[in-house]
Amino acid sequence: MSKYVLRVTALGYLAFLLLVPVGFVFYRAFGNGLDAAWDAVTTGRAIHALELTLLLTAIAVPANTIVGIILALMLVRTRFRGRGLLNAVVDLPLALSPVVVGLALYLLYGRGGWLGGLAGHGVHILFAVPGMLLATMFVSLPFVVREVVPVLREIGTEQEQAAETLGARPLQVFRRVTFPAIRWAVAYGVVLTTARCIGEFGAVSIVSGRIEGKTETLPIYVQSLYAFDFNTSGAYAASVVLALIAILTVVMLRIFQPKEEAL
Amino acid sequence: MGIAAVDVSKSFGDFVALKNVSVAIPEGSLTALLGPSGSGKSTLLRVIAGLEAPDSGQVLIGDEDVTAQPARERGVGMVFQHYAAFKHMTVFDNVAFGLAIRKRPKAEISKRVHELLELVQLEGLAKRYPAQLSGGQRQRMALARALAVEPSVLLLDEPFGALDARVRQELRAWLRRLHEEVHVTTIIVTHDQEEAMEVAGQIVVLNEGRVEQVGSPRELYEQPANEFVMSFVGPVNRLGDTFVRPHDVELLHQPDGDDAAEAMVERVVHLGFEVRVELVREDGEHLTAQLTQEQAEQLELERGQIVYVRPSRETVF
Repeated sequence: MSKYVLRVTALGYLAFLLLVPVGFVFYRAFGNGLDAAWDAVTTGRAIHALELTLLLTAIAVPANTIVGIILALMLVRTRFRGRGLLNAVVDLPLALSPVVVGLALYLLYGRGGWLGGLAGHGVHILFAVPGMLLATMFVSLPFVVREVVPVLREIGTEQEQAAETLGARPLQVFRRVTFPAIRWAVAYGVVLTTARCIGEFGAVSIVSGRIEGKTETLPIYVQSLYAFDFNTSGAYAASVVLALIAILTVVMLRIFQPKEEAL
Repeated sequence: MGIAAVDVSKSFGDFVALKNVSVAIPEGSLTALLGPSGSGKSTLLRVIAGLEAPDSGQVLIGDEDVTAQPARERGVGMVFQHYAAFKHMTVFDNVAFGLAIRKRPKAEISKRVHELLELVQLEGLAKRYPAQLSGGQRQRMALARALAVEPSVLLLDEPFGALDARVRQELRAWLRRLHEEVHVTTIIVTHDQEEAMEVAGQIVVLNEGRVEQVGSPRELYEQPANEFVMSFVGPVNRLGDTFVRPHDVELLHQPDGDDAAEAMVERVVHLGFEVRVELVREDGEHLTAQLTQEQAEQLELERGQIVYVRPSRETVF
């Protein structure tokens, strides 16, 4: 009996919080027919927003994956002064509101900021793709680190030491022993990082300047349609694109993940 | 090749793991590093392997000073207590690892791996993953993996420590035979004196980071250098300043001369062929005597009975 109460509560909670709102977006997006929805997401502005979002993701995800693995190795495999501080700093993007991140970048690179002079030399960070990229990378940094750290701890160092005594150089040890042991943690971290990059709104919105057709990402586009253009059906249709990308990312992980390692 | 540690010291923070330890391991020997936990035996092995850098002192393999060499260049084969199996590789790939790193031709690797799997009696399991093997099988795979690169030295760190008693017994005998076949200089770390005595030709007893004694199992047992070695390599009764092994305690019904002390039987434990008798002397000291079943039957021992004890052989340090 209590088993069913538990199930109904958990599923009801999920349905109320996740499925109903997302489902409603799908429902409204196709409310005016498939063609209307298709038209809304194939305007030049919409396609540009999608391309920009994918571009930011395509740079931020590999960068944060590589740096994330290096940070995780540092945190678990080495001892140095300030390790605790580094560990806390890695979590900062999770704790900090994206709006604050955006504002910080704005102040740093804006007129009068420490690096504000760059614009005078033709290096445009704010209201341009580099600033948006910085914001995206900032907010999506912790995921690979946080997924990999516990797995590295769990596998310990014996396998790596065994490989070392068998003649492997540090890079060979990593490629042949360490990486295969953490690859699913890395994959999961990549999925979370990707989802965060695609969905990021707050920080990117501030540094982008929201220039139509130039610095508009998909989430910004959705909000603009809804809040400023009063084009709700277009906003729903673009939302559906965002939701589909998210669903695709999660499904890809499920496909690649071997069954016995599935959560 | 022979191995030597010369005046090796190593500390971890405040903990001194090794204090000026010097040990010589003859070529082709099977030597045990024996000691309680924290004695420094594993640290010494790891220093020899190159997995730990000594604070001072040298490590020689053959005639070469390898102190500054990384582990991968020392030509050692190492076996760890918890197997350190590469979990994502098959048994074949585990054993082939060192050869693949050395970029040997595929055909040669395959031939060598199959020879080794036969040697460690794992032929037919080449395609399994470590998770599909028993503990004993995993440890034999780890041994084959270490032997694959034809190491000049084989280092075993408590290799049977995680296995149950019966498998441990089998693997000890098997290791002895393997060593007779392969004849590579081998060091085995253990805290189990019985294991050290059964397997090794030479035993180095370590305690609190120092070498207490080096010798054959028999020398250690019969001429222990000090109290620590005496009590570590076998059970011992301490009577005042003298040490007596339980099998050197004679039990008599009648006082026979001055040197027999009165004692009361507290407990008689039957261990198959042997019988262990726990006694308490008049002066309150406890001691244990070890008899054969036959001797025990003749004495008709019972709890509470008064007997006379006489050490047939005692040691004073």
